[in-house]
Amino acid sequence: MCVEELIFFKIFFTMIDSVEILNIYKSFEKLRALTNINFSIKQNTYFGLIGPNGAGKSTLINIMAGLAYANKGTIKIMGNDVRSKWRKARHCLGVVPQELVYDSFFTVREMLRLQSGYFGYGSENYPWVDELIETLDLSEKADVNLQRLSGGMKRRVLIAQALVHKPEVVVLDEPTAGVDVKLRQVLWEFTKQLHQKGHTILLTTHYLEEAENLCQQVAILDKGKVIAIDSTKSLINQYPYRFLTVKTDKNSSDIPESIRKLMISFQNNRMTLKLYNKKDKIGDVLETLTSAGIHIIDLKTSEPSLEDVFMNLTQSKKKHD
Amino acid sequence: MATLFAKEIWRFLKVWIQTILAPVVNVLLYLLVFISVISDKVEIFKGFSYAEFLIPGLIIMAVLQNAFANSCSSLFQAKQNGSIIFMLLAPLSGMEFYTAFVAACIMRGICVGIVVWIVSCLFLFLPVHNFFIILCFAVLGSGILGALGIIASIWADKWDHISAFQNFVILPLSFLSGVFFSIRSLPSFWSSISIYNPFFYLIDGFRYGFLGVSETSLWLSIVISSIFFVFVSTICIIMLCSGYKLRI
Repeated sequence: MCVEELIFFKIFFTMIDSVEILNIYKSFEKLRALTNINFSIKQNTYFGLIGPNGAGKSTLINIMAGLAYANKGTIKIMGNDVRSKWRKARHCLGVVPQELVYDSFFTVREMLRLQSGYFGYGSENYPWVDELIETLDLSEKADVNLQRLSGGMKRRVLIAQALVHKPEVVVLDEPTAGVDVKLRQVLWEFTKQLHQKGHTILLTTHYLEEAENLCQQVAILDKGKVIAIDSTKSLINQYPYRFLTVKTDKNSSDIPESIRKLMISFQNNRMTLKLYNKKDKIGDVLETLTSAGIHIIDLKTSEPSLEDVFMNLTQSKKKHD
Repeated sequence: MATLFAKEIWRFLKVWIQTILAPVVNVLLYLLVFISVISDKVEIFKGFSYAEFLIPGLIIMAVLQNAFANSCSSLFQAKQNGSIIFMLLAPLSGMEFYTAFVAACIMRGICVGIVVWIVSCLFLFLPVHNFFIILCFAVLGSGILGALGIIASIWADKWDHISAFQNFVILPLSFLSGVFFSIRSLPSFWSSISIYNPFFYLIDGFRYGFLGVSETSLWLSIVISSIFFVFVSTICIIMLCSGYKLRI
């Protein structure tokens, strides 16, 4: 292959989106689980898919992985259609399932070697399997039956199983559900390393703070529809509010009406105000309070989080519905 | 595919007491009861004792039942505990899935058959008329039952369904197939029904491999067993390729 061809292939492959979701519809009898889902994930992106329970996140992941079939639409993994080029698509995808599933007949090492074999790898892949065991801190349990592992250890094995065939795209479906704080930190650190090594990560989580910290891009799914998709920063910046917490020497009843309208909580003389970016100026609020004879002891401003954006979007949609 | 096949073999060898030894004990008990009670009172094929008639039947019955149990328990257990996801996520086609599972069932069936045969030598050394025919029916029979095990485990939603399939389909077909007696000795209604039982042809053909005599034509047994094998395999492959009850 000549240099020009090599350059062409490199450009071609970097142009392909890791995941391309086009016009996906899925129903379970009368229940419409997904409606017209369209988005793509660029290579080496840490992507968050968030939404309330029953939003359709797992259904979408199942269709990507070939565990479910869409009624309409296509999904491509690294340019490979999950239906027509399913073999290549599955080679490019590693899925960490939500449930702690395991085969009780085998040890950790045996299971990982078997999983690697399902993807056509033989003993040449054993060093990678051993590396995964070491990286995920499973060395001491490598020859222990899966049945005898703790929940956290089983979760690590699931991650290792998803990575045995070195997939370009790694899907983590609620990987920290029921996991203690320490292991959660270990898992996030590991996924960050994967991302740094060039993998595309698709994460679904209920912990929005984690999605905010980790994900470069986020899609919010609600009732089977994508209600927002953007970079995490842009989504947060689009949120039209910020928060001001003020500690005063007065009770709630002494606060002027104009300020009370902005109040979302009041506890121990500490009130939190939700300020609309374009209308409510912090200076004006403080001046109103001072004019009313209220002494300000302390104050703090905070920017909205992804959780605020999520709540705002999903609740405003409920109102529209 | 080779890994899935190896995994299935490995799985049943890990629990060999349950998968190899238990069926042998089962057959030994049948032998003890039947041979000690009626061996000298019954002659089904002229020139052969009842034990010579019974032992090949018991061997193939063990082969069939264990081939069914292998795919059925493995796949249904994986379906129930969710570990089937590891096979479904892998780039394996329905055909590869079928081949690996059925080949493993044939291996288990033959392993059990060989051990039962060896143990039966404690009672009687069986003559071998044609080893190839013995092998041919063992492979066909365990292939059919392996495929039936896959079908049952895909179709079933709970262990109760598996048990129903085993007790209402597999067990009557096995017992009304001439393992313990000639189907001609049955009342005419049951005798005519048994003619339509494909297990009868598997057992009759297998027994021919040992004794060189059979109740029906060897070629008819081969043809009917092969047609049944193709029929059951086709249903099984269609279910696997379409993702019926596996990929929602």
